[in-house]
Amino acid sequence: MSPADRFAALPDLLSGDPDLRRRGRWLSVDCRVDIGAEPFFLSIRDGALDALDRGPKLMRSTAFTVRATDEAWTRYWVAIPEPGWHDLFALTKRGAASMDGDLRPLLQNLQYFKDLLALPRQSAKGA
Amino acid sequence: MAPKLDPMVGRYVRTEIDGVPHRLYFEEAGQGIPLVCLHTAGADNRQYRHLLADPEITRRFRVLAFDLPWHGKSTPPDGWERGEYRLTTESYTAAIRAFCRAMELDKPVVMGCSIGGRIVLNLAIAHAAEFRALIALEAADFQQPWYDTSWLHRPDVHGGEVCAALVSGLIAPQSPPVHRHETLWMYMQGGPGVFKGDLYFYRVDGDLREKVKSIDTKICPLYLLTGEYDFSCTPDDTLRTAQQIPGIEVQIMKEVGHFPMSEHPAKFREYILPVLAKIAG
Repeated sequence: MSPADRFAALPDLLSGDPDLRRRGRWLSVDCRVDIGAEPFFLSIRDGALDALDRGPKLMRSTAFTVRATDEAWTRYWVAIPEPGWHDLFALTKRGAASMDGDLRPLLQNLQYFKDLLALPRQSAKGA
Repeated sequence: MAPKLDPMVGRYVRTEIDGVPHRLYFEEAGQGIPLVCLHTAGADNRQYRHLLADPEITRRFRVLAFDLPWHGKSTPPDGWERGEYRLTTESYTAAIRAFCRAMELDKPVVMGCSIGGRIVLNLAIAHAAEFRALIALEAADFQQPWYDTSWLHRPDVHGGEVCAALVSGLIAPQSPPVHRHETLWMYMQGGPGVFKGDLYFYRVDGDLREKVKSIDTKICPLYLLTGEYDFSCTPDDTLRTAQQIPGIEVQIMKEVGHFPMSEHPAKFREYILPVLAKIAG
């Protein structure tokens, strides 16, 4: 399964995590996450995923974008990641990921987003 | 049934730092060689609670962990509301020496983590003869910044939560969840702008490149220990620093991140006990 295919399971993963949705309950934002070359558009409402649109969308406006290489997501989404591949900021520091746009909603809800973007790690457990 | 008491006792000591009166909170346990512990940026002495409760350590060491001014239960100096807090190499060094003097400690060992590790390097550079040994955890002469500290103190972002969320990635994935979340809880409790003010020392004022070459480990032994999951002070940063200091002892700790004493006390114990045994002779 490609990293993008794994990320496409995000709605089910978040549905199965009521505590994460509880922690994100103050958050409503549209943002973009690039898995390698493939963009995903997330519409988050009250901490839940209202929509996850996969692939390029013409003129879609988002608050911010988080992007990382396929290699970065693949090494990030293992049960116990190696040092330097285990956190979003470890990835940005090594140049394998970036964040741009209006980062305020990201920083206001940083642990929520870190945990959201780590959800595909669950599918690595027991693999 | 007798109350179940932790062994450490907390008190306040009055002292002056650079001529300014301070009331510093500290906890201590044990007897023997004084071992002064320095917490990380934006945190407090609770990070050392497992060390303070370890009889294998406290039977030979008098462990003292104090809160820097502005941190934990040490209040800021009078008039704090009229200025912005900024820790500097000079003010940090002065605070540590003031605490040691106020407590009348005779040649203590000092162990610090992160900014505490960096300042330990400065103690080795400038005041080595005052100490029996120095232990720097997660320390290097310089580290590349990995985020913009202006996010740490502004009215539209909760300072405690953003500080905790940022540093959460510095904890190793193997660290027990209960210790991970206790470490983060402490980060959520810092005063406004305090973590940011500490990082002024870390990023702007405390660059020790070149200066570490003057450290003489024959005057005072120096130990460096860094967790492999620390991407703020990476193992490479620590090893690069160690290469410049003859006689230094350096270790990279497996399955540990930036907060060894609080994120994984049992694992840290495996690494620190042999160092303390060597210091105790």
